[in-house]
Formats: sequence, structure tokens, C-alpha cells
Amino acid sequence: MAEVKDMLKTAEEYKDNFYDYVYDPKEEHILLNFGPSHPATHGTLRLVLELDGERVIKCVPDLGYLHHGFEKLGEYKSYNQAVTITDRMNYLSSFNNNLAYILAVEKLFGIEVTPRAKYFRVILAELSRISDHLVSVGTQTMDLGAFTVLLYLWRERENIYNLFESLTGTRLTLGYARVGGFARDRDIPPDFFAQTQKVLNGIPHTLDDVEKLLSGNRIWLDRTVGVGMITKEAAASYGITGPSLRAAGVPWDIRVAEPYSGYEDFDFDIAVADHGDVNDRYAVRLEEILQSIRIIKQAMENFPEGELNVDPDSKVMMPAKDKVYGSIEGLIYQFEIVMTNRGARAPKGEAYVATEAPNGELGFYIISNNGRGPYRFRVRPPSFYNYQIIPPLVEGRLLSDVVAVLSSLNIIAGELDR
Amino acid sequence: MEQAGYAFVDILIVLAKVIVVIGINLLMVMILTLGERRIAGFIQDRYGPNRVGPQGMLQPVADGVKFFFKEEVIPSKAEKVIYVLAPALVLGPALLTFAVIPFGGPLSVVGKEIQLQIAELNVGILYIFALLSLSVYGLVLGGWASNSKYPLMGGLRSAAQMVSYEISMGLAVIGIIMITGSLRLSDVVMHQNELLFGFLPHWNIFLQPLGFIIFIVAAYAETNRVPFDLPEAEPELVGGYHTEYSSMKFASFMMGEYIALITSSALMTTLYFGGWDFPYVDESSLGIWGVLLSIIAFAVKTGFFLFLYLWVRWTLPRFRYDQLMGLGWKVMIPLALFNIIITGVVMSLL
Repeated sequence: MAEVKDMLKTAEEYKDNFYDYVYDPKEEHILLNFGPSHPATHGTLRLVLELDGERVIKCVPDLGYLHHGFEKLGEYKSYNQAVTITDRMNYLSSFNNNLAYILAVEKLFGIEVTPRAKYFRVILAELSRISDHLVSVGTQTMDLGAFTVLLYLWRERENIYNLFESLTGTRLTLGYARVGGFARDRDIPPDFFAQTQKVLNGIPHTLDDVEKLLSGNRIWLDRTVGVGMITKEAAASYGITGPSLRAAGVPWDIRVAEPYSGYEDFDFDIAVADHGDVNDRYAVRLEEILQSIRIIKQAMENFPEGELNVDPDSKVMMPAKDKVYGSIEGLIYQFEIVMTNRGARAPKGEAYVATEAPNGELGFYIISNNGRGPYRFRVRPPSFYNYQIIPPLVEGRLLSDVVAVLSSLNIIAGELDR
Repeated sequence: MEQAGYAFVDILIVLAKVIVVIGINLLMVMILTLGERRIAGFIQDRYGPNRVGPQGMLQPVADGVKFFFKEEVIPSKAEKVIYVLAPALVLGPALLTFAVIPFGGPLSVVGKEIQLQIAELNVGILYIFALLSLSVYGLVLGGWASNSKYPLMGGLRSAAQMVSYEISMGLAVIGIIMITGSLRLSDVVMHQNELLFGFLPHWNIFLQPLGFIIFIVAAYAETNRVPFDLPEAEPELVGGYHTEYSSMKFASFMMGEYIALITSSALMTTLYFGGWDFPYVDESSLGIWGVLLSIIAFAVKTGFFLFLYLWVRWTLPRFRYDQLMGLGWKVMIPLALFNIIITGVVMSLL
């Protein structure tokens, strides 16, 4: 692996737009469009590869194929409406996006949610993290040819999605968080924790199966060990976060470093590996799944009593339906929030909250101009930063390694392009 | 077959054998396409196709009809003649290979002995290797003629892979030729028809365990199956050499691949597991029942290897190109040469 200075130099080279890059036909290299429509890109990523036979000479990532304009769209929505936009960024773990966004908004409003809501948010965020890691590891193994592992993990993800469905009515895009609590006027369903416990008990068995199939498998190790190595220094200089950073040996987890939503109450380890190669990222993700299970179990054991949502008198939260139909205050609060010219207005100011999403640091920067919605809405998506390190990781390696590296970084196009 | 000319009856018999063997091969392809998906479903804890007919039995028929009615897309810049020829170049040799494999014991009908083998060539093993080398042309030319980058890379991968693994496959079989002293496959089978040390079947697997391991690995590489499915590695090369093919041309590639599976499973059975030999039973003393027993033994053994193919496919990850070549040249060929030396030394000592 190259030294830091070399890494930075390569980063410097890529600052230029790839359209300026001139392909020299005399060298008899193939210019290959790897994506945007390609089985390994799991979405719409595009890498322009210059190949000498199978060897990658130059790699230029191109992005923007899944650009929705989420950030601009967020400025036209009210604070609660914009939650549904955040769902669609990292669609594998939508609640983590909800949480990061809603924490920024609550910081802006100056609202402290109930301990019960905090714990429940932790539970949902960790369930989302598990489901994200399951898919991430699964697609990683599928891209290296072990298709069965994907389906084993998919089965567990299915169970988690069933939980989400029983809770929210949706499976993929939850859109469940609201300013001051959750989009629910009743409490949590009575058997939700029992079901969650059941699902969580099944996951370690599946992970055991996966370990048996892969972790000692010679072909798997040949394909992953030493491939796509990210050094600590390179990770820092590129702004890599999340499992990719921890796989490089940096024990940095925002849940521990700057706890939010009550993460300081839980006892869990930061999964760290040494070499930062593809196999380490795989191992870190598997370990994080187990740690997430620990967190959820603790949260369920010590689940606080009390109200789930903040008091409707704070005028940010929809009152419960029986209050709307049964009391004049409830009806007024309801209309205050629903009517387009009223609604909760955040005080002037700006807020940034960083959270530990499954892929890394997910932050929302929101400026309020005393309106119903954000004046400026800016996302710090982990995939955008993780994607940039691909060229130095794959150049000089074979085409098959591009696939391995790409899937191990778990680049989500929805989050990358916003 | 020793006499100068074939009698009319002999021609009829050969014709009947050809029709039966090709028919069974094509039927097996249908069963395999379904079996692969059902077994994949079983391994992966899901159903697989089970909607068309009872237990999805008619799924291959539905697929076949679908393939026939699919639109035929030929890329505008493709080299048309070669593009059209390539699927046939894969399917043809694959079908021809089965001709020399004995699939049952000799059957005597009204005093006439019929070998259950289409052509009893005295260079059967050579014939098989010759045809195996031919099948690479279909893949390479198909990949090249598509005039597209991913198929080209798939075609080149398959060329490199099949050529290098053919060598170790051939070297592994030399051990058997040394033991048997014949290139005739029926001799190879007859040679395995006894008992070893009085209790083991005299199968070559017990005499050539290393040779078998080399052979089976090389056979997996020759048939482009996981973990050696690089020519069509989907996440890397989209579809590999058949990316640009559609409708029945694509189906021909698939059929060629499955027939190659059947042939190589039959070859493993014949070379290393006693062919149609049912251990501990003298088939020739049982008359027609012995022949039936031998055919069943052959089918069961071949079926087991087919299942093994599917099992491995849904279990292992895929090699990388350089690792594949490294394994082929640096491990398999030296091992195969070592196997020949060992065989020679042991034979000279005995």
C-alpha cells in the first residue's frame, strides 16, 4: 500500500474532471464503462476503467446517475415531511437517516425527547444497522460468487423487515421518526419486543453458518485478504468513516465518541480490525451485527416507562387521535400542525448533528430561517466520502478486485448522489 | 464391429443408440435446468420454481417455449456468420463427446452382442480430449464476434482457462491409461470390474485418488462451473461470452454447458468409479437384468456427480483470474506429473 503522501498525490490527480482525461489509443488499452447499469454496481454507480487486459490502469469514478435533488427538495418541505426524503438516501437502513435528520431538527427546536423515545430510537436504529450490514455482507459475498450466503442473510433481513412492518406498516422506507418522537399516536405494540427478541436470537446462528462457509474458505481468503487495503492515514485523509475506517484499525465510533440519543447508557465494543482490507471490512460488519444485538437487548431490558412522544402542548407533535376528536385543544393543535400556513416553526439558527450510520458518519446540517421547513438542508453522506478512495485501491489490480472493493465499501447510490 | 461392412441391422442399432443417447442427454438438460434451480432453492432455504406443473416439473418446457419465441437480437456490429455459428460450436462438440462413453454392460439379443456405447473407438480417451478442446472455440468466437467488451473478456478468459486446465486433465488421465493399458473406454470399464484386495471394488478412484482430485478440479474448470465460472462471472463481466446473445442462441450456450456437465460427470464415472459396474455383482450372469442393473448403476453414479456440480456451485465463491491460472499451472500440472511418476514407480515395483 502506498504511503500517505502518495495517496494524497493520487487524490490530487483525480481532482480534475474525468471528461478532461484523454485516452491514448496507441497504448491498446480497453476503455471499459463499468456501470451505470452493471450487476456489481447495485444501483447506478459508474466507474470508467482503462484496462490493460484484465489489469486496471486507471479508474475514474463518475457519479450523479441517481441524483434526485433531495437537498433542494428538503427546502420545500416542512420538517416532518422531509423525513420521507431522508428515507430514500440510504434505503438499506432508512431509520438511521430518519434519526440523523430528526436529531438535527430537534437540536434546532431545542426539544428533548422522552427517555422512552430515545431508547426506542436506539432499538430501531440498531435493527436498521443490522439489516444494512446483512445486505452489505450479502452483496459482498454474492459479488465474489458465493450466492448462497446472500440468501441466508436475506432471510434474516426479511425477519427484521417483518418487525418494521408490524410496527410502521412499511418495510423499506420507514419514515417513522417525527420531531419530538414517532409517527404514532399509540404506544409500541405489546408483542413487539417478544418478536424482536425472537428475530435477534436467530441472527447469530445464521452468522455462524456464514462464518463456516466463508471465514476459513481458502478461495474467499485469497480473494479478500490484502485486497483493497486502506491504511489508517489514507482513511483519515480521505475522510473514510464507519466500518471501513474501523477495519483500518481506527476505533472511531460516533456512538461512543459523541453519544447521541442515549447511546452513552449502553455497553458495547467497537469492532476493530487491523489491515483495512476487504476481509477486515467483512469481519467488522459481522462483529458489528453482534454488538448491535447486544445494544438492542440492553435497551429492551431497561426500557423506560412513560410517554413515547413529547407532550403535544409543545406544539411540535401531533396530538393523539382521541385527543383530536375528544378535546378542543387537541383539535386546535392538530390544525396548527397540519395547516400549510401554520405549523411548528423552528427558531432562527443552524444545527449539525453527526450520527454513526451503518456506512459511516451521517450528518445533517440544517439552517432555519424561522420557517416551517429548513431554509438550507445539507447532508454529509458517508458513501460520498467512501467512494472517493476507490481509484487508488483498484489501480494496478485486476477487474475482479474492482468488484470486491466496490461491494466491500457498500456504496449506496441513493446516498451518494442524493 | 470387427467385420468389414455394417449389416443393415447394425446400422439400425447404431441409429437407435444415437437417438436414445441424444434424447436422454437433451432430457437430462431439461431436468438439470429445473434441478439446478430447485436444488439451489433447497440449499438456499427457498422454494425455486414450483408453479408450472406439479412441483414445477414443466418449468423447462415453459422455458424452452419462451426461448423459442424470444426476440432474436443480433448486435449491429457483430461478425454475423461467426456470431451465429458460435452457439452451434459449443453445442455440437458437447453432444458428440458422449458417443464413446459406455453407459451399460453388453446386451445380447438373439445371439447378437450389442455394446451399450455408440462408438467403440479404440482411442476413446483421445477422442474425448479432442472434442473438449473444440468446445473452447465456440466460447472464444462467440465472445469475439459479439464485438462488445464484456463478451470479449469472457471469451478470452475461457480460452486461457480451458487450455490450461486441459493439460492437467490430460496428465491426470495418463495414470489411468498406464494402469489400463488401453485408450478404449470399454476396456477402462472392464478393467474396473473386479475386486481390489478382495473387498474393495477395483475402481480407479482407489488406485488413482490424486489423479481423481486433479481430474475433478480440471473438469470443473473445463465446464466453467463455480468456483471456475470466470468466463461468465456475472458481477464482473455481466454475462461473459453470452452477454450479447438472446433467444435460442443463448439457450444453445446453456444447453451446451449442461451437456458438458453431463458428459464430464459420465466421464468421471467411467474413468474413476467403474463406469456401469455395480460392485460385488457379476452383471453378465444376470442376463437382461444385469444390463439393466449396469445402466442404473451408471445413471446413479453420473447423477451423483451432477448433484455434486450443483452443490459446489451454490457453496463456493469464485476464483480470481490470476489465482485460477496460478492454480492451473503451478499446482495442478506439477501434481499431475507427480501422479504419473508415482503411478509408474508403483507399477514397476508390483
